[in-house]
Amino acid sequence: MNWLTLLMVLPLVGSAVVVALPKGNEKLVKQVALGSTLIVLGATVAMAVGFQRDNVDLQYVEKYSWIPTFGINYALGVDGLALILILMSTILAPVVVLAGWNESQGGRWSVKVFYILILVLETMMIGVFAATDVFLFYVIFEAMLIPVYFLIGGYGTGERSAAAVKFLIYSLFGGLMMLGSIIALYVMSGAQGGHTFDLAALSQLKMSSMTQNLLFLGFFIAFAIKAPLWPLHTWLPDAADSATPGTSVLLLGVLDKVGTFGMIRYCLTLFPDASKTFTPVILVLAVISIVYGAILAIGQRDLKRLIAFTSISHFGFITLGIFAMTSQGYSGAALYMFNHGFSTAALFLVGGWMISRRGSSTISDFGGLQRITPVMAWMFFLAGMSSLALPGMSSFVSEFLVLVGTFTRYPAHAIIATFGIVLAALYILIPVQKTLHGPTTPGNENLSDLNLREKIAIAPVIAIILVLGFYPAPLLNVINPAATHVIGQLGFSDPAPTSGGK
Amino acid sequence: MTFTAPVLNYTLLSPILILLGGALLGVLVEAFVSKAMRAVTQLSLTVGTLVLSLAQVWRIHNEVSMSAAMGSVIIDGPAVLLQASILIISIISVFLIADTDHFTALAAALPGSEEERHSLETGNQVTEVYPLTLFAISGMMLFPIASDLITLFVALEMLSLPLYLMAGLSRRRRLASQEAALKYFLLGAFSSAFFLFGMAYLYGYSASVTYAGIRESVVGGSGNDVLLLVGMAFLTIGLLFKVGAVPFHAWSPDVYQGAPTPITGFMAAATKVAAFGAMLRIYYTVFANAQWSWSPLLSFIAIVTMLFGSLVAIAQRDVKRMLAYSSIAHAGFLLAGVIALNKAGLEASIFYLFAYGVATVGAFAVVTLVRDSSGEVTDLNRWKGLGKRSPWVAVSFAGFLLAFAGIPLTSGFIGKFSIFSAAYESGAKGVVIAGVLSSAIAAFFYIRVIVLMFFTDATQDGTSVQLPSFLTRATLVISIVVTLVLGVYPAPLLNLISHFSTFIR
Repeated sequence: MNWLTLLMVLPLVGSAVVVALPKGNEKLVKQVALGSTLIVLGATVAMAVGFQRDNVDLQYVEKYSWIPTFGINYALGVDGLALILILMSTILAPVVVLAGWNESQGGRWSVKVFYILILVLETMMIGVFAATDVFLFYVIFEAMLIPVYFLIGGYGTGERSAAAVKFLIYSLFGGLMMLGSIIALYVMSGAQGGHTFDLAALSQLKMSSMTQNLLFLGFFIAFAIKAPLWPLHTWLPDAADSATPGTSVLLLGVLDKVGTFGMIRYCLTLFPDASKTFTPVILVLAVISIVYGAILAIGQRDLKRLIAFTSISHFGFITLGIFAMTSQGYSGAALYMFNHGFSTAALFLVGGWMISRRGSSTISDFGGLQRITPVMAWMFFLAGMSSLALPGMSSFVSEFLVLVGTFTRYPAHAIIATFGIVLAALYILIPVQKTLHGPTTPGNENLSDLNLREKIAIAPVIAIILVLGFYPAPLLNVINPAATHVIGQLGFSDPAPTSGGK
Repeated sequence: MTFTAPVLNYTLLSPILILLGGALLGVLVEAFVSKAMRAVTQLSLTVGTLVLSLAQVWRIHNEVSMSAAMGSVIIDGPAVLLQASILIISIISVFLIADTDHFTALAAALPGSEEERHSLETGNQVTEVYPLTLFAISGMMLFPIASDLITLFVALEMLSLPLYLMAGLSRRRRLASQEAALKYFLLGAFSSAFFLFGMAYLYGYSASVTYAGIRESVVGGSGNDVLLLVGMAFLTIGLLFKVGAVPFHAWSPDVYQGAPTPITGFMAAATKVAAFGAMLRIYYTVFANAQWSWSPLLSFIAIVTMLFGSLVAIAQRDVKRMLAYSSIAHAGFLLAGVIALNKAGLEASIFYLFAYGVATVGAFAVVTLVRDSSGEVTDLNRWKGLGKRSPWVAVSFAGFLLAFAGIPLTSGFIGKFSIFSAAYESGAKGVVIAGVLSSAIAAFFYIRVIVLMFFTDATQDGTSVQLPSFLTRATLVISIVVTLVLGVYPAPLLNLISHFSTFIR
C-alpha cells in the first residue's frame, strides 16, 4: 500500500471537497477541513505503527518515473526523522484548524480559500519530508512558499503584504541558490553514470573538495534562510508578527523545520566532507543565533515578535546539535525539532487567543490575567515553561541531549550555548510575570477565558509536551538508530562513552 | 544557356503554401465581402488556414529532407516541432486578434481626421490584420527551416514587414502606435542591413550562401577567418535584434507598449520561436565548429541581457513595458540554450520556446481585458485590487507571472531547469550563475504585480475587467492549462521533443 502517497492525496481530496461546497456555509467548510486533517492524522498514526524502528533504511518506499528525460522520479520514503516530522505536521494541522476557527474572518478572501490553502499546504508538508528525489524535494520546497505567501498576505494583520513579500523574496533567493547546486549535481551525475536525482545515488558522486564546498553552500544557504540562522533570520519576526497564529504555527513549527531537516538529509548526506569543513563556522553561527535570539527576545515589547525571536534561539540549538556530529547531538536535534513544533504551537496559539481577546499584542497592555482567565493563563504558563525547557517538559530532554552531545566535542560552544538557557528563563518569565501576574490592569477586566473548542485544541499539544517530557523513549527509539547510522556514515564515532537518551 | 525547372516537393512545403494561399484569399475577402460578414469570414478563414497548416505539419512529421525546394529549405525533426509551435501559438493569438476593438477602423486615415471618425461611426471596420498575420506567420514558418542565407533573408523580411504594419494598427493612442511602428520599421531595416552585410562576408568567406557550403568551409578551416568572424558577427546582430537581446533591444519596450495588445502578444511569442529556431539551426549546424569564436561573446551578451532585462523591469510602471523587459530577460535565458550547443540544449530551447510562447500569449490576453472607458489600462498602479474584482483573471495572470519567474509546478520552471542544466553541462557556468541570479531579481517584480493585484486595495477610478469574449476565454484557458500541465507532467512533451530533436546537416 502506498502510504505516503495516500497521506499526500487525502488533504488534496479534502481541499477538492471544500472547493465543491456551496457558497456561504462557512461552518461546513471548517468542519470538512477539520475532518480532512483528522483523517490524515489517523492515516499517519496507522502508518507509524507499522514502522520498523531498528531498520535504518528508508521505509514505505515508492518510486515512479516522473520526467524520464531528466531521470526524475516521484520517489518517496521515510526514515525515523522524516516519520516523526510528518507525524508532527499531521498532528499540528487539525490543532491549527480547530484553534484558529475564526482566523480566516479578517482576510481579504473567503473562508473557503483559507482552508484550501491550509489543506494544500498540508500535502506539501508531508511531501517535502517524504521526498527522496532531490528534484521532487526542490519542487515541493519552492511550491509550498506560494500557499504560505497567500496565507500571510491574505489573512494576516498589520503590514501583512510587506511581510509576505519579504518572506517570499528571502525564500526564493535561497531556493535559487539551491537550484544552482542541484543543476551542478545533475550534470555531474550525468558524467558519472547517468542522469539521476536519487538521493542515495547522488551521495555517491565523486567531486573535488572545491566543488563540494560550493554546492554545500548553495544548499546550506537555502536551509539557513528557512531555519532561520543568524544573520539570515530577519524575515521571520516580520512574518510571524503579521501572520495569523495558526499560520505562524505552521510556518515556524513545520516549514522552518524543513531547513534543519534539509541540513541533515541533504547537506550531511550529499556533502559529508564539506559539512565537516564548514562545521566551525556553522557552530559559531548557531551559538550566535542562540544568544542573539534570546537577547532580542528579552527586548521585545510585542508578544508575537518575542515568540519569533525565541524560535531563532531554538533553531540555533537544533543547528548546534546537528553539526556537533555526535549521536546524542543528532538525537537531541531531531527530538528538538519535534518538540519545538509543539511548544511553539502552544505559545502562538495561546498568545494568539490572548491577543485577539485584548485586541493588542503589546505585552505591557496585559496584566493580571491569572485572576481573570485562569485556564488561559495556565496554558500560557505551561507553554512558556516548555519553551524555556524546564525539566519535566519535553523540550528539556532535547536541549539536554544537544548540550551533552555538543560538550563532548566542542565544550566551549556548549558552555556559551548554556547561557541561552539562562536567557530563556528571562525571556519567558518576564512576559509571564507582566501578563499573568500582578494586579489586573485596565482593559483586561472583561476578558473571557478559553472556550471548549479552544480547550480541546490546546489539550493534545500540552499533553504531548508533558508526556514526552517524562517519557521520551517512544520517539528516541525511532530516532536513535538513525542517529548512530548517520553519524557513523559521516565517519565519526562518539568521543565520550555513549550515554544515549534511553 | 538552359534553365532547369525547379523541382519542388509540394507536400513538404504545403504548411507554408497553405498559409500563403489563405493570406491571398484574405486579401480578396477584404475587397469583396460585405462589411457585415467581413470580420467573421476573415476570422474563420484565418483559423481554418492555420488548422489546415497544422494538420499538414502533422502529416509530414516523420519526413526528413534537404531537397524540398532545391536545397533551400530543410525539413527535419526540429523544423516540424518549431513549425507546430509557431502554429499553435498563432492560433491562440488569432483568438485575441478577433476582438476588433483593439484595431483602428481605417489604418489609412490620419489620426483624428474626418475619415477616421466617419469610419468609426459607420462601423466600417477594415480587417486587413488577418491576411497580414498570415503573411507574417508564413515568414516565421520559413525562417527556422531555411537552409541558405538568401531564403533566410527573404523569410526575415516576410515575417518583419507585416509586423511593422501590424504594430501601427492600434485603435487608441494611434500616434503612439504609429510611432512604435515607425521605430520598429527603422530599426528593423537597420538590422536587416547588418544582416545582409554579414551575408556578403560569409559569401566572401566560403563562396557559398548555403548552410552546407558555409559549414564545409568552417569545418575545413581553409578560408579567411577575418571574413568569417565579421560575417558571423553581423549576421548575429541581425538575429539578436529580432530576439531583442541587449544591446539590440531598444525597440522592444516602445513597440510592445505601442502596438495593439493582441499583436504584442503574438509578436512576443511567435517571433521568438521563429528567430530562436533559425538561430539554433545556424549555430548548431553552420557555425558549430567555430564555437570558440562566437561562444564567449554570445555568453557575454546572454549574461548582460538577462541581468539588464531583469533589473530594468523592476523600474517599470506599465504592464506592457514590464512584460517587454521580462521578454528581454527571457531572450537571455534562451541564448543560454544556444550557447549550450548540445542535444540537451536544443531540446531545452524548443521546450522553453513553446512554454514561454504560450504563457506570453496568455499574459497579454489578460492585459487586453483590463480596461476603462478609454481603452486598456496598462498603468500598473491601476491594477490594484484586481484579485478582488475578478479573481479568476487575476489568478491566471499570477499563474503566468509565476511561470515567467520559474516557480516549480509551472512550465517556466521545467524550461528554466532544462536550459540551465544543458548550459551547465556544456561548461557555461558563468551563464548559469548569471541566470540564477537574474531569476532571483526577476522574481521581485513578478511578485510585486501579484502583491498589487491581491494585497492592495482597489482605487475607484473606473478600471474594470471586461468580461472575456468566448475566444479570449479560450485563449486564457488553453494557455493556463498548458502552463500548469507542462509544469506538473512535462514528460510526454519532453519525450516527443527528444524524439525529434536532431538537426540534419
